[in-house]
Amino acid sequence: MFAIYKREVTSYFTTPIGYVFMAVFLAVSGFLFSLTTLQSQTSDVSSYFQFLMFAYVVVIPLLTMKSFSEERRTRTEQLLLTAPVSLTGIVLAKFFAALTMFVSTLLLSCVYFYPLSLYGEVNWPRVWGSLFAMLLIGMTFIAIGLFVSSLTENQFTASLGTIGILLFLMILAMVNSLIDSYVIRSVLSWVSIYSRYANFTYGIFDFGAVVYYISICVVFLFLSVRVFEKRRWS
Amino acid sequence: MIEIEHLVKRYGAKFAVDDISFRVDRGEIVGFLGPNGAGKSTTMNILTGYLSSTSGTVRVGGIDVLDSPYEAKRLIGFLPEQPPLYVDMKVDEYLNFIYELKRCTLNREKHLAEVCEVTKIADVRGRMIKNLSKGYRQRVGIAQALIGNPQVLIFDEPTVGLDPKQIIEIRNLIRNLGSDHTVILSSHILPEVQAVADRIVVINQGRIIADEKTENLNRVVEEDRLYSVKICGPQREVLAALSKVPGVVRADAVGERELDSFTYHIQSEPGVDIRKPLFFMLSERGWPILGLEAVGMSLEDVFIKLMDADAKKKTARGARSDRTQRGA
Repeated sequence: MFAIYKREVTSYFTTPIGYVFMAVFLAVSGFLFSLTTLQSQTSDVSSYFQFLMFAYVVVIPLLTMKSFSEERRTRTEQLLLTAPVSLTGIVLAKFFAALTMFVSTLLLSCVYFYPLSLYGEVNWPRVWGSLFAMLLIGMTFIAIGLFVSSLTENQFTASLGTIGILLFLMILAMVNSLIDSYVIRSVLSWVSIYSRYANFTYGIFDFGAVVYYISICVVFLFLSVRVFEKRRWS
Repeated sequence: MIEIEHLVKRYGAKFAVDDISFRVDRGEIVGFLGPNGAGKSTTMNILTGYLSSTSGTVRVGGIDVLDSPYEAKRLIGFLPEQPPLYVDMKVDEYLNFIYELKRCTLNREKHLAEVCEVTKIADVRGRMIKNLSKGYRQRVGIAQALIGNPQVLIFDEPTVGLDPKQIIEIRNLIRNLGSDHTVILSSHILPEVQAVADRIVVINQGRIIADEKTENLNRVVEEDRLYSVKICGPQREVLAALSKVPGVVRADAVGERELDSFTYHIQSEPGVDIRKPLFFMLSERGWPILGLEAVGMSLEDVFIKLMDADAKKKTARGARSDRTQRGA
């Protein structure tokens, strides 16, 4: 499993995809940051994170689109599946490799807060809380992306499919406020990936939300394993 | 070393593998022969744990592949039909990755150097896999299978797409590996497996139609031979004279005219070598032989032959006329 993880992380940098991801992530987040804080002359970072989350819809699929689909297309999956490694091990290795890329880029983007702290009063608990929320959401998106990638052997289909699902979830969260029924509204907001994190942005550690995001991750990683399992049997 | 019992793999209503049973002993090289779509790859994929079977058991080294995939996979080195290469890696990086993937415990430097030595890829270790030729890629694929020194090696069509020189190299390599490994290789070319294997398992439409030592199979296949002879002389008279040579069953003119010479297909009686009488007869008449070669049976011929032998029906004549028609 560690061998696959290592190869996966290295491959992000031997192919352009890792650089593209980092560049797009940093460019978009940098732009959003300067727009929402520096331009608006505020040290309130909440709208920055809000926008950043929407940017994930486009950048996360870059990380996950080829994880399984490329292996399938080039038949290298045959190597992994006939090696003494469990399916879960393979899926987890891929997941942690993508997560490593994501987290290191997210950490890199933290330098933005330095100039902000020089000229304004930064509410650090809210920043840390929001960053943690971003981590959870990114992690969940990666799991969804991996699952979609395991369904197809075409990278492009995988990335579009992931974007589609993430957009759908986002729209669901948006129309939520238009629904009259209180019950449906509260259920939808309770399951919505885009709203569960809210407490973190106030600097509150929401244990329930952590469990929620990790559960979604586990579900999608488990589904990816099942996809492989099913292909073996059919 | 490998035991396959009543193996069945069904895709919907179609049986890709239909009740196959055979065993391979330690140190044996077994050729798995069959046309495309016969179920060779499916069987190999089940053997290596890539696919699951619908029913039946597969044991490698006494370990059930389905029950303990982890232990079974450690015993197997597998070269799939398409070598599973990460083209963005250097050969050396790739082999190191495989070494770690298989959790090999042998001395890394030494083992990898040995594997590269055996497969003759030592000179390309620093190159990107995507820049390698087909022959080298195939050898990197074989090297990958050898890492960890597994007892069982499974090669799915190891020589497909290679040039004749590379084919001979790979064949020699496999034969050498056979001395201390159990090897199964598949092919849809008869001479290919004849050249390497101790035993040949012939499979067609998911069923085994022959499981013979290579010599025995050769006997079945070659008991009556077909020669292609190019003779310089008048066609009609040559043909008449040919059919009078003792041992000749039939002779047909098949080739086109080229400098007043024709190609003939001559079928001999089982166990009779007609080449010498043929030569003396022709030289007596002053008709030089420009070429003489034994025509190998095509795989279809072999199947027809084997299935005939299997059903113990004497329909050899039908097969024979089939063959000459193809020759024409």
